[in-house]
Amino acid sequence: MATAPQTPEDDLERDLHTEHQILNMGPSHPATHGTVKFVVELDGETIVDLDVQVGYLHRGFEKECESGSWYQAIPYTDRLAYTSAILCNVGFCMAVEKLLELETPERCQWLRVLSGEIARVSDHLTRCGAAALELQAMTPFLYGIEARELTYDLMEMLCGARVTANYIRIGGVKHDMPPGFPAAAREMIPKIRGLISDFGAVVTQNRIFVDRLKGTGVISKKDCIDYAVTGPILRSVGVPYDIRKDQPYLVYDQVDFDVPIGEAGDNYDRYLVVVEEMHQSLRIVEQCLTRLESIGSGPVNVDDPRVCWPAKGRVFNQMEELIQQFKSVTEGPRVPAGEGYFAIESANGELGFYLVSDGSAVPYKVRCRPPSLINVAPLPIMVRGDMLADIIPTFDFINMIGGECDR
Amino acid sequence: MDDHGSPVLRALLDAMPDAVESTHARLGDVTAVVDAEKIVEVMRFLRDSPEIEFDMLTDVTAVDYLGEHPRFEMVYHLYSVGRNRRLRVKARVPEEPAEIDTLAELWSSANWMEREVYDMYGIRFKGHPDLRRLLLYEEFEGHPLRKDYPKEKRQPLVGPRN
Repeated sequence: MATAPQTPEDDLERDLHTEHQILNMGPSHPATHGTVKFVVELDGETIVDLDVQVGYLHRGFEKECESGSWYQAIPYTDRLAYTSAILCNVGFCMAVEKLLELETPERCQWLRVLSGEIARVSDHLTRCGAAALELQAMTPFLYGIEARELTYDLMEMLCGARVTANYIRIGGVKHDMPPGFPAAAREMIPKIRGLISDFGAVVTQNRIFVDRLKGTGVISKKDCIDYAVTGPILRSVGVPYDIRKDQPYLVYDQVDFDVPIGEAGDNYDRYLVVVEEMHQSLRIVEQCLTRLESIGSGPVNVDDPRVCWPAKGRVFNQMEELIQQFKSVTEGPRVPAGEGYFAIESANGELGFYLVSDGSAVPYKVRCRPPSLINVAPLPIMVRGDMLADIIPTFDFINMIGGECDR
Repeated sequence: MDDHGSPVLRALLDAMPDAVESTHARLGDVTAVVDAEKIVEVMRFLRDSPEIEFDMLTDVTAVDYLGEHPRFEMVYHLYSVGRNRRLRVKARVPEEPAEIDTLAELWSSANWMEREVYDMYGIRFKGHPDLRRLLLYEEFEGHPLRKDYPKEKRQPLVGPRN
């Protein structure tokens, strides 16, 4: 408690003293995309401490998965990171394929990379657009969302759904791409690139945007690794860890792309990393289109009776295929007993699935290692000492997706 | 015990033969099942040994093997950024007391992930700095990912907190 001033001179010289104040921010705050509550301890406008309370979107993902068939879990994975649903599909299906020891056909792998990279672009566009909007810049948000619409149009053409794609299957994909898809994608890519550069033209050198991002939300390399932070945040501190490069899956070892890294570990570096990743993803998409055209037609599903339905013609004429079809529909695949962990590089970082099967048609344990949840845990150390308003850009570039964080 | 050709398992078996209960490398996932009493010791060794260097605790979860003894199994996934290597460490935890030492002092990432395990399975972490529920709310009754928690179970209504 400061002593009361004796004279007016004392009063002028006294440090401006504030009592620490507790402020509840959220769970539904207009400037955070995602339902999350911050209990902020403030000294004036400076953040002294922060408690992040997550879980408002919890809907029992793991419990639901443990009560249906392996196939029935796939639509739930769409709703984890719904901004890049395909990547969650890929992660789950490849983890199941690991338990089944399946190798998917080449064409399927290229289609997975193609659709996954389109999803990554749309995720990054959402992140940048929403961040701009929450920093009061409406125009770049609209550029971002317009570009995202184009990626959704491609998604719709590919699999019929715009957001929750449900396109990947255990052992393959739902169907091959439609005939006009490569041409449509080639037409769309320059438009998306143009919109990304329009977006950049408004914000990258913008005084307000740079001031809000540079030097805020700083995290060190040591803290990143200590908190198991992955994805663009880890790369923004200069660690080039990208599972697509370090433990290549699908056909990522056959495509040419770079992993951008930053050095300062602040929000601005994260922004630059994410923008460059979009360009790299579009490069991958182009290479996938070329390869898919040169491979020509081929199977997109593995020829394994455990996971794939038999051809309709045979079902109506052969007893065995009829039984197989019946078992596939009513029960779904039986996965050999065992455990496996498989991780992919999702838009937010390492998305891992740890699965345990007891040999039945129902998963025994489905653990999703959610990058959103793990990346949001160090938020207090990122904003401690910053101003209250710096929570907004920091939280935006962490890109917590409620569906994946809370599951 | 077999090291399955993994230098990490070899080093762990050489340094702490008593702590390791079994090993396997099925599907390419190198795994060590260790004594739950020695989990902190083992993990400190895996983190700090210069030739091993698992600097990232990627994932912490648990599995409920209802009907088996001990009932629970803690599952840790480690990753070494410098060496690009993974390891899975598991430890069995009994139903009563469902307790294991915390790893929060070794890796900050353990803090939230252990809170989630406590929330979902009711396993308590001894020495954890802040063992609150993570995803569910304080008044929630039971631990939903236990296999004896029915999916249809309803929770009592709770009013506003103040």
